[in-house]
Amino acid sequence: MSTIKDIILSYRDKPGGIIEAYHAVQKEYNYLPEETIATAASTFGVSEAQAYGVATFYSYLSVEQRGKYIIRMCESAPCHVAGAEALIKAFEAALGIMAGETTADGKFTLELTECVGQCQATPVITINNVPYLNMSPEQVPAVLALCK
Amino acid sequence: MIEEKRIVLRNADLIDPEKIEDYLLAGGYQGLEKARSMSSPDLIAEIKKSNLRGRGGAAFNCGLKWSFAPADAPVSYVVCNFDEGEPGTYKDRIIVQKDPQSLLEGMAICGHAVNSKQGYIYCRGEYPYVVDLLNRAIDQARGKGVLGDFDIEVRMGGGAYVCGEETALIESIEGHRGEPRIKPPFPGVAGLWAQPTVVNNVETFTNLPSIVLNGAEWFAAIGAPNYPGTKVLTLTGDVTNRVSIEVPTTATLREVIYDFGGGIKEGKKFKAVQVGGTSGGFIPESLLDTPIDFDSMRGIGATLGTGAVFVMDETRDIVDITTRIAKFFEHESCGKCNPCREGTFRAYEIMKKINQGQASVQDIENLTILSQVMEKACLCGLGQAAPSPILTTLKHFYPEYQARLQLN
Amino acid sequence: MITLTINGKEVQTPKGSTILEACQQAGIPIPTLCYDPDLRLAGSCRMCLVEIKGRPLYAASCVAPAENGIVVETESPGIVAARKVILELLSARHNFNCQVCEKNGNCKLQDYCYQYGVKESRFNYGEPTNYPINDPNPFFERDYNKCIMCTRCVRACEDISIVRAISVENRGHHAKISTAFDGNLTDSPCVFCGQCVMVCPTGALTSKVSAGLGRSYEVDKVLTTCSYCGTGCTLELNVKDDRVVGVTSNRTDTGSPVNKGALCVKGRFGWDFINSPERLTTPLIKENGEFRKASWDEALDLVAKRLGEIKTEFGADSMAVFTSARVTNEENYIAQKFTRAVLGTNNVDHCARL
Repeated sequence: MSTIKDIILSYRDKPGGIIEAYHAVQKEYNYLPEETIATAASTFGVSEAQAYGVATFYSYLSVEQRGKYIIRMCESAPCHVAGAEALIKAFEAALGIMAGETTADGKFTLELTECVGQCQATPVITINNVPYLNMSPEQVPAVLALCK
Repeated sequence: MIEEKRIVLRNADLIDPEKIEDYLLAGGYQGLEKARSMSSPDLIAEIKKSNLRGRGGAAFNCGLKWSFAPADAPVSYVVCNFDEGEPGTYKDRIIVQKDPQSLLEGMAICGHAVNSKQGYIYCRGEYPYVVDLLNRAIDQARGKGVLGDFDIEVRMGGGAYVCGEETALIESIEGHRGEPRIKPPFPGVAGLWAQPTVVNNVETFTNLPSIVLNGAEWFAAIGAPNYPGTKVLTLTGDVTNRVSIEVPTTATLREVIYDFGGGIKEGKKFKAVQVGGTSGGFIPESLLDTPIDFDSMRGIGATLGTGAVFVMDETRDIVDITTRIAKFFEHESCGKCNPCREGTFRAYEIMKKINQGQASVQDIENLTILSQVMEKACLCGLGQAAPSPILTTLKHFYPEYQARLQLN
Repeated sequence: MITLTINGKEVQTPKGSTILEACQQAGIPIPTLCYDPDLRLAGSCRMCLVEIKGRPLYAASCVAPAENGIVVETESPGIVAARKVILELLSARHNFNCQVCEKNGNCKLQDYCYQYGVKESRFNYGEPTNYPINDPNPFFERDYNKCIMCTRCVRACEDISIVRAISVENRGHHAKISTAFDGNLTDSPCVFCGQCVMVCPTGALTSKVSAGLGRSYEVDKVLTTCSYCGTGCTLELNVKDDRVVGVTSNRTDTGSPVNKGALCVKGRFGWDFINSPERLTTPLIKENGEFRKASWDEALDLVAKRLGEIKTEFGADSMAVFTSARVTNEENYIAQKFTRAVLGTNNVDHCARL
């Protein structure tokens, strides 16, 4: 695993690359550990307050620790009418956590999301950004079982 | 019956999107070659003459937009808005996944027109797999040398719908919070890093190779004269076929839903369609014979927008869906301007109250005045469009609201 | 010059002006919250909206260019209705406790609610704002339950003080002014200059040092020059019943030519020594290890006597005089003259040289 500093420094020559750097940190750590903010601020010449403001603006970036598998459940209108609510409840029941929470073992984080652009096959969830289409509550155990 | 007409999706499923060779064999980059044989002003005039209008939402004349960029600027940028965040929209993903080189060629044509050497594609964070595909496509294009001295970099968004607004998108590329800028200055004058910047949508760019190759007249003759060409639409919700299609802009909503969508699923009746994504208006049955072109849609208080066609059958609960949409805007408001930051939040609270059957006529009046002010007072298109689903459902489906009111 | 019509009157304004500037030149009042002439424009509060004939959207006059021939209405029914809604939206998030608020009588939100007759908000739906108020710094209170998110504090911190201790975190209705990780100011680069307090239009940022000592309308504002250093900043002493109860900024070019209202932590918050009971009011002479009060004559006689003795015994160069930037140029001049002419040494120095 690369250090946070190495990851961020590798984007130093990219103008405005702080968001790209954040994405890269998240790819390895699943969230932005605290030192990310100060390192990014000094690398990209912004204040820590600004670097934190950027990190908290984008819903796919997180300054809170998250699980190994981030399950995003779309609740936009097309998924909503296709039964997203029941699906969300099924995930919450299966994992024993609410949307926005992480399981105690640090394996799963449940997040609500808006449209992920796979509306031909609603409802949709993504696990670590990979879409799972035409989901139903019955499929939840099988999908969770894929996450080792 | 109206038929599909493929300009943007001309290569879809006919070529391997991972192979630039396939694209070249299918006539790829001939449009760019022809564009480069033309002077910049001639190329801009040709695009202007084609009357290609932006396929992102605002439908501005593409050539005219380009002409605002000063021709003698030492540095300028071409930016592709690939942040399609309107729920129910996935057309740009389909276009790029099926034919990424077409986008690169379109951007390079624009680069020649506005004398820019650097392009950026801002792809939404929901599509990291498309970012990878685009980077492979750019590598191949560089390898073949087809882009010449024009280069393209992909930047990925972070899950913020507002970044589909062009100045918020520019802020995001610069590494800031995606808050829209005040205009003027417009991006054509001072955009990315304060340099002249042309921002167009994926579908707009991918129209360009064919327009250059076949000429402005060819394009202008397709579809509606005031909004010529085709539109890629994505059908979602309660249609039998949830598909993406490309049709001439003369197609009516009814043709789209019944001929391509196969009508309403499970033999149910139609109730409403929302066109253009979640910020679009709700359209009742009585207006289904309206053509999809931008101006006709605007005429009925709707927007063609991103081409999302979200169909709801007779069993759907309009108040519940509108409540859900209100939550979307509450979540996606950037928080910069007062009417949107506070308005989307309170509108969602009022919609929840209505949806739970606890609201009075007064609450609906408050929601209406709030919505009317937001439409005119918000800083950017997000806040201005956010009330549209509320106002159009209040207009066309008021009995459903009425049925929810508390009798007091 | 360009010509436009505002409220039926022809107004001439230099090219490049905003509509707001054109209105100000014509003496037409426009309400503003986020606008501050010393800060980069935000165009975000939307209070300064005006209607331009033929355009479907209202324009924020603080950022909209005045264009030749446009016809502007600043108080049309639509504009008044919009401003009311905006004020009601802000009221719904604002904790109105004007009776104990330091900014009562000096609050733009209060003024505009009065002006537009906004007695209560139609939009009190959902939970009221409830941010903890617990920044332990000794200088100013941060009560974000009164914040209207105009971001003037952020822009002042970035553009005037160039400290960048604060920014905006989160987005939408959850957006809030914050330091990195929303921590205390004492753990941030904040230097407590209070420029943020100076520009805050509501009671979100107020001086802790002045708290409870007097309302803005109860005090006389006395312009004076800050005595902490040699910069010579102008500050406004807030005087109530012959006591200094606070310091505010005079932000005019003429009143405050050196600093245009900007101050440092000492100038803005370090004035409570003036009425301190610990302040020395007579000279003290130390005898047998203890200080006792003395008259000026007695004290000066003693100093003159001892300086003379030292000069005789050890020579003039055994002495040195250090002066201070906290006294005036004239006093410093006299001090060096005394050192050279009376004591007879060139050993004179000044704290500003350190």
